[in-house]
Amino acid sequence: MSASGSALAAPSGHYQKRILAGYGFWIFLLSDIIMFSAIFAAYAVLSKATAGGPDGAQLFHLDVAAIETGCLLLSSFTCGLASIAAAVRSQLWTQAGLGLTGLLGAAFLVLEVREFAGMIAQGAGPQRSAFLSAFFALVGCHGIHVSAGLLWLGTMMAQVYAKGFRADILRRLLCFNLFWHALDIIWVGVLTVVYLMGLAA
Amino acid sequence: MNSERPGDRAPGDEGPFDVAAALRSYVIGLVLAALLTAASFWALHTKLIWGPGIGMALAVLAAAQMGVHLVFFLHITTGPDNTNNALALAFGVLIVTLVVAGTLWIMANLNHHYMPMALLMHLIPTSGTG
Repeated sequence: MSASGSALAAPSGHYQKRILAGYGFWIFLLSDIIMFSAIFAAYAVLSKATAGGPDGAQLFHLDVAAIETGCLLLSSFTCGLASIAAAVRSQLWTQAGLGLTGLLGAAFLVLEVREFAGMIAQGAGPQRSAFLSAFFALVGCHGIHVSAGLLWLGTMMAQVYAKGFRADILRRLLCFNLFWHALDIIWVGVLTVVYLMGLAA
Repeated sequence: MNSERPGDRAPGDEGPFDVAAALRSYVIGLVLAALLTAASFWALHTKLIWGPGIGMALAVLAAAQMGVHLVFFLHITTGPDNTNNALALAFGVLIVTLVVAGTLWIMANLNHHYMPMALLMHLIPTSGTG
């Protein structure tokens, strides 16, 4: 093999596999983001179609959206800390980082479910108008992703605890990190397009 | 894989591992993201931005924050070891732009050309009344 002047050795074995797994998962995440973009587009088209029902400015609470945003951003940060801890093979800090990520993610979900329940209780459920159908589809789809992420996170905590920092476990942790950060990126879009623009209008 | 370019890197990986550097990246990312989020909430109610321009300001701030997340949390760079990751991202951005902009354009066009249903019903004479 010609090193072509590079100081780096050719990646092989586990490292090679890590690159492939990460790249494959990156492609999946991008396709997931493309799916979200279609739901975003539907929401943008339907956001004014309130059919005489309540609009965003009447339904959304800026303080709730701010706390939700804080939870997800901090959980993205703690998820990154857990990845550093895993890289230096610290069981304690990996578990602590993942546990904190899970708690913040769960807090986000509780706030979101309470918000949904409150809206449905006041007759603003998904069947009320096209705007609300699109709202529940978009924000709910993100919420389902967060729920799935929490299940995955619990699984990873158990696997790191039971199996240690094996190469395959570390690959799964890498993919989980990518997934969790991608969820936060999508939330930035949701916060801006749904809550902030809804309240600005 | 291509053995001529040995230095490919997985997305989310930072390269030669250095705890301090990795920690710095996440802290910088967190601070920048928090500042941009705060700026978004500020832009919502400020009088400094012309009312109809607030939406555009929010969109720009959101795009900037997504960039911060990509660079400091996902460690996507323009370096030679990240070519595949960045190219895949660029393709994703292209498709997202086509889907969102195309949908908005087509639907705005239809709204512009079609008469509202209520007006249409009014124009068609109903049978049995005349």
